[in-house]
Amino acid sequence: MSIHLILFLAFGAVCVAGAVNLLAQSHPINSALSLIAVMAALAGEYLLLGAEFLAAVQVIVYAGAIMVLFVFTIMLLNAGEEERTKGSRVAVLFGIPGILLGSVLVGWVILRHSGTEAVAAGALPGDPRTIGQLLFHEFLLPFEITSVLILIAIMGAVVLASKPPTSPAGGEVRQVD
Amino acid sequence: MVPLSYYLMLGGFLFACGVVGFLIKRNIITIFMSIELMLNGVNLSFVAFAAHWHALAGQIFVFFVMVVAAAEAAVGLAIIIAVYRTRETLNVDQVNLLKL
Repeated sequence: MSIHLILFLAFGAVCVAGAVNLLAQSHPINSALSLIAVMAALAGEYLLLGAEFLAAVQVIVYAGAIMVLFVFTIMLLNAGEEERTKGSRVAVLFGIPGILLGSVLVGWVILRHSGTEAVAAGALPGDPRTIGQLLFHEFLLPFEITSVLILIAIMGAVVLASKPPTSPAGGEVRQVD
Repeated sequence: MVPLSYYLMLGGFLFACGVVGFLIKRNIITIFMSIELMLNGVNLSFVAFAAHWHALAGQIFVFFVMVVAAAEAAVGLAIIIAVYRTRETLNVDQVNLLKL
């Protein structure tokens, strides 16, 4: 058993445990923390695959920026324990067997057809230099379009999350029945 | 040495967990986190395939997935805040009418 496989299994165990814990917890903040654990462990998996820069970006952008946004929203809205309703029971009855069946099917296909060829550690250089050259030469147009997408997302977030317009009388236009 | 299928199985498991969470969770924020979990599972498959086929473009795709995830998180959480402001609930079962 190589050190590579041992590291893969260790990070993979953290990933699996975090993903299952995300489903098991009923409080959103616990789910968010387990998702952060999953993302940190995935960064380790990326390192094993030789994607060094990607591992750093995974920690900074995903586990850092995006999850901080989630935790902020949870705190801002004071999200409490999740209430179970009748609708979720139907989803459990039909969703879990369906997903289990689907994942067994996918796993069978993967094991049958992907072969057992090993992925070597660091086989592919994923350092910032190579990534940057590829990103700013071959993928320049998608990169620029992405910046427009981000700009639109920023404006959308500002518009959606801003305070609702107030009526001329001064009171908020807001009806809660 | 780790076979490619192990990485694919892990990615598939993360994706399946995301789908299950999307189906059984009732808190809108947790549903959103399940979507992020699905994206992470797909990203792992991308990186594994990039290493397997020696094609660095797979890693570039993960960047674009991350950017889309960031944009989606920003807009989605803003929508959640807007929904909470009008409905005062985060339970998706109570957000079943387009009209107030």
